[in-house]
Amino acid sequence: MVVIYKPRLARNAAICLTKEGNVALIEIRDVSKVYALGEVSQQALKDISLSIDKGAFVSIVGPSGSGKTTLLNLLGCLDKPTSGEVFINGTRTDQLNRRDAARFRGDHLGFIFQSFNLIPVLTVFENVEYPLQMIKDEPQSIRRPKVLAMLEAVGMAEHVRKLPDQLSGGQRQRVAIARALVASPKLVLADEPTASLDHVTAHNIITLMRGMRDTYGTTFVFSTHDPRIVGEAETRIALEDGQIEGTTQEEAVSC
Amino acid sequence: MLNIFKLAARNLRRYLRRTLLTVLLIVLGVTLVILFSGLSGSFKSMMIGIITDSNLGHLQLHRKGYVASIDTLPLNFNLKPAEYAQLREKLDTDPQIAGYAPRIKVGAMLSNFMETTSVRITAIDPDKELVVSPALPDRIKSKAWNKARHLLGPGEILVPMKIANALSIKEDDAIVLVATNRDGSVNGLTFKVVGLVEDVAGPQGKDGFIHLQDARTLLRIDGEEVSEVAVRVKDFSRLEKVRKHLAAGIADVKNPGGKPLFELHSWAELTPFATIAKMIDLLTVTMKIIMIGIVLISILNVMLMSVYERVREIGTIAAIGTSPMRIMGLFLAEGLFLGLIGATIGIVIGVGGIALLNLFKVQFTFAQMNLVLAPTIQVSEILTVSATVLFMAVAATLQPAWKASRMEPVDALRHV
Repeated sequence: MVVIYKPRLARNAAICLTKEGNVALIEIRDVSKVYALGEVSQQALKDISLSIDKGAFVSIVGPSGSGKTTLLNLLGCLDKPTSGEVFINGTRTDQLNRRDAARFRGDHLGFIFQSFNLIPVLTVFENVEYPLQMIKDEPQSIRRPKVLAMLEAVGMAEHVRKLPDQLSGGQRQRVAIARALVASPKLVLADEPTASLDHVTAHNIITLMRGMRDTYGTTFVFSTHDPRIVGEAETRIALEDGQIEGTTQEEAVSC
Repeated sequence: MLNIFKLAARNLRRYLRRTLLTVLLIVLGVTLVILFSGLSGSFKSMMIGIITDSNLGHLQLHRKGYVASIDTLPLNFNLKPAEYAQLREKLDTDPQIAGYAPRIKVGAMLSNFMETTSVRITAIDPDKELVVSPALPDRIKSKAWNKARHLLGPGEILVPMKIANALSIKEDDAIVLVATNRDGSVNGLTFKVVGLVEDVAGPQGKDGFIHLQDARTLLRIDGEEVSEVAVRVKDFSRLEKVRKHLAAGIADVKNPGGKPLFELHSWAELTPFATIAKMIDLLTVTMKIIMIGIVLISILNVMLMSVYERVREIGTIAAIGTSPMRIMGLFLAEGLFLGLIGATIGIVIGVGGIALLNLFKVQFTFAQMNLVLAPTIQVSEILTVSATVLFMAVAATLQPAWKASRMEPVDALRHV
């Protein structure tokens, strides 16, 4: 499938994907990121401004090296911008220290990784239980029904006792989605969630993610350069050379 | 908290071969320390027991300057009756003291009427001596000698076995002791040999024994004059406290020159074996340091490997919100588990080894004494070893755990 972008805005204009009157869940202002690579430096993002509404299902698309992962890392409080400001759910996250950033991630964010990144020594149930037990310290009586409900929602209720290496790639990613959602985060960030999967499985995973968004109202932002699933997103942000090339959302306006 | 340990246990099981190898090293170190501590401690206690219980006593009191001249057994350093009475007063009122024995020590010539040799003689009060030197009867070899009857009576002598052998002296033989008294006059007395006494390590270990009353006759001493007073304390583990207390008690007794009249020595100050005992302690400490080294290096190595191999995993749990402290806790728990498992198995094997050695009663000879190897180990020693291993296990894990907790999730997730 060929993706047709609709660059309604000037190159690297500030992008507002929030409907009028809504509070933006994500807001980044003039964000740049420069990596020092020895004596040379590499600019991964250049003066990006962006706001995304709650409950959005957004894909960040672009070729390798366009800055997708860097942008996701900044949104996920995993990295800090060289300049600019990042707000998630009203909190300025680019100024959080290591401990507060970890707490913020645990409280507000969920992550889905390309390689699933499940903990190999834990069962399916325990992997999903991990954020509730190890991060939120919820008692077993509360976390057990949550975990079972989430595994039921992603279709993995029958595999609770299995270890990750007993699962297929698609099943592992379902478990990863359950783990990302079980603590009811405001935002789930997925970096190339379908890159390790075949097309059918990739399509199912994106459908599942969108279904979870519909069910739980969680905002999903995922990166991909797979043209077969780009069209699955309701909103696409195109990145190239660290700058926003455009978006497909009709309501997008210059901030 | 429980889940940290569950996760740690599973991660250790995940790298089973490496975990087993590390545990094996810790087990080896702990077992060696337990066995060595048991053996060396028991050997030391046995030797100290033999030396103190056979002749030395736990403490000895003399006129100041006597011990410096002890090789010549100087009679002019004897304690006068009034001075001995002062000592008795102190000793009788000290509740920590089990008993004390007055002695006169003299160098004499021993003759079997055909041959003559020099001999060191300790004159004793048999009843009091048995309290201070309860193992002395075990050294006496005699068919006729009746242990239950008495140790020694007036007119009787216990001859050192080597001298007896050299001079072909047997039980019931008559011998003559000739000694010079303080005034320079020579006197002799005839004694009946009632037993031969084996040598024992340490000073006074080759002495013959006569009755205190005979020594006073031989040396023409009037009244209760003594060369030394040997003391036995009730609780050997409190010896140092008793020594200090007694030393403080006698410090105020001065000679006419205003200097302390008495001197007090513990067994350790009187026998060269104290140096051997210190060497045994040093060896035990060395063994413990080696064990600590084994624990430290093996756990540090395995935990560094563990952190290096799990960089992406650390990145993942950090990314999803695990706090740096909890990540550190995860790795510390792994180190603690390694130490706990290693220490437990090592202690079980070490204590089992000690039990086996006691079962088979291994015998050996040391300083002309036949000893039965009977190692024992105190519970406090086991607890100390366990605590040391656990502490070192956690200490060795600190650096790798700190490294893991300080990883930037974004870098860790990129790690291949």
